[in-house]
Amino acid sequence: MGIEERLGYNILTTTLEKLVDWGRKSSLWPATFGLACCAIEMICTAANRWDIARFGMEAFRASPRQADLMIVAGTVCKKMMPAIERIYEQMPEPKWVIAMGACATSGGIFDSYSVVQGIDLYLPVDVYIPGCPPRPEGLLYGILKLHEKILKDPFLTRQYQERLKARQEAA
Amino acid sequence: MTSIATMPRTETMMLNLGPQHPSTHGVLRVLLELDGELIVRADPDIGYLHRGIEKLCEYRTYHKCMPLMNRLDYLAGEANNFGFCLAVEKLLGIEVPKRAQYIRVMLAELTRIASHLFWLGTHGHDLGAMTPLFYAFREREKIMDLCEMVSGGRLFPLYFRIGGLAADLPAGFLPAVWDFVKTFDEKWQDYDTLLTENEIWKERTVGVGVMTAEEALDWGWSGPMARGSGVDWDLRRDNPYSSYEEFEFEVPLGTKAGDTYSRYLVRMAEMLQSNRIVRQVLENLPDGPVKVDDPRVSLPPKERVYTDIA
Amino acid sequence: MNAAVALLQAKFPDEIVEVTEFRGDTTVTLKPERLVDICRLLKDDPETSFHYLSMIAGMDYSPQSPRFGVVYNLYSHKNHDRLTLKVFLTDDRTPVVDSVTSVWSTATWHEREAYDLLGIRFKGHPDLRRILMPPDWVGHPLRKDYPLKGK
Repeated sequence: MGIEERLGYNILTTTLEKLVDWGRKSSLWPATFGLACCAIEMICTAANRWDIARFGMEAFRASPRQADLMIVAGTVCKKMMPAIERIYEQMPEPKWVIAMGACATSGGIFDSYSVVQGIDLYLPVDVYIPGCPPRPEGLLYGILKLHEKILKDPFLTRQYQERLKARQEAA
Repeated sequence: MTSIATMPRTETMMLNLGPQHPSTHGVLRVLLELDGELIVRADPDIGYLHRGIEKLCEYRTYHKCMPLMNRLDYLAGEANNFGFCLAVEKLLGIEVPKRAQYIRVMLAELTRIASHLFWLGTHGHDLGAMTPLFYAFREREKIMDLCEMVSGGRLFPLYFRIGGLAADLPAGFLPAVWDFVKTFDEKWQDYDTLLTENEIWKERTVGVGVMTAEEALDWGWSGPMARGSGVDWDLRRDNPYSSYEEFEFEVPLGTKAGDTYSRYLVRMAEMLQSNRIVRQVLENLPDGPVKVDDPRVSLPPKERVYTDIA
Repeated sequence: MNAAVALLQAKFPDEIVEVTEFRGDTTVTLKPERLVDICRLLKDDPETSFHYLSMIAGMDYSPQSPRFGVVYNLYSHKNHDRLTLKVFLTDDRTPVVDSVTSVWSTATWHEREAYDLLGIRFKGHPDLRRILMPPDWVGHPLRKDYPLKGK
């Protein structure tokens, strides 16, 4: 491209969207949301063998107000559901949700009176990771898929489209 | 010196340690009444992980209940199935072959060590010591590899069956367990050096959570919690099952204080004793079948199905 | 366990309905009226000394009548011995039985669970409220006429 040849080799050019998306995906901070057995595999992912710090995610924030990813790991019971909704609402935008394990995806083997049959009945889920529990490599694969999704997130073009549509409708 | 009339009025504070909190203990909600930093009253609220397993089991046969049983205590994968299988075998009046009993003991003790290692890592993490987590998980990963070798599942090796085991041990399993057993004692030294004589650790655990032996029995404590308060009770020694009477091991008791430090010492010592039991199993493992040949619980061996069944 | 059965037959002969033994475990079926006195005797007597209450389980034997029962699993550290007590509750519509929290403090949570999941009320319980289900739940899930997937 013309301008890059003039500027030399020490300057990179990109779009703002790509830069912000890359920043977002490189240090997603998960909120600690381990409910049951999948939480154990999540902690194993954060431990030394499958170090999740390589992806910038070792800072599991205890407060949802400082987190941007909620990994719902474990069985979701009807008693716990109001707490989950409240925590989801406390997270600031942009936020993503990973449903880890069979229980968060669809209720798992617990098809009973007290288990919510899948967290997507109440929350918008970005990535589903099957398994009971999924291996740490499975969780990492799901996280990498989420990274791909974030990299393609057209938040600026979307805002621009929405504003254009609003102006056209006002006219 | 201020008189009573001029002292400021204090009152206790209610704090909701909600179902989601920084310590990774699953979902437990405790309503705390705090007087400064001292907890005056604590009212636990449970049920956030009540999955209806009891009712689900009513709709299943004994075999089909096994995956549900695994998920009762998800830290010690195989130990839950151990209890369930023993109960059903007692009901059916089945005697499990010796080899299967020994292998069951070995896996139960290995998963006991895994559970205690998880406890050690997260307990340290909660109290501010983040290093033991990574040390403990290093060994726990080895045990999970052993579980995976035997059945394919890391957390939930559904290896026990009613009447014995699913299949015999795979090739390469016993040398791998020997490797673990030989190196575990010195790795245990690592955790011991990090925490046991640590001033900060002792300050945070000595004198905290005191429970006397009579109170512990009255409130229904069992296992390492009761032993930490001085109750000399271990079912493996007092009501032995599945060949535990053939193994030599000590039952560690806590100090008279019955505090958190005492329970910590009990669990640390238990890990060493479990390692000792696994070593004895490996040295004396008998040969033989791994599942009882009872038509109510065993299918015929696959090699003979096409030739023997008409 | 024979010592326990002998003790009960000596002190409370009218309360015993049945004594069964199965593969080394003894179960004594009792009438519910003097349950607390019997439990206190089993705990305090130096020969039996059942200081440990392992578990209280509510049972629903529907469609049989009497429908509700409560099972108490006791353990004695002195004799390394177990005993099971069983009581059948007289009223099928509103099952009530005396609470044993005055004998073993751990009974509080076990009885709360039996109340929550089966609807059995315990007279004299200090704090009988739901423990596992949310506080505004309607119904008792472990009853045999409650569907698995809930209402």
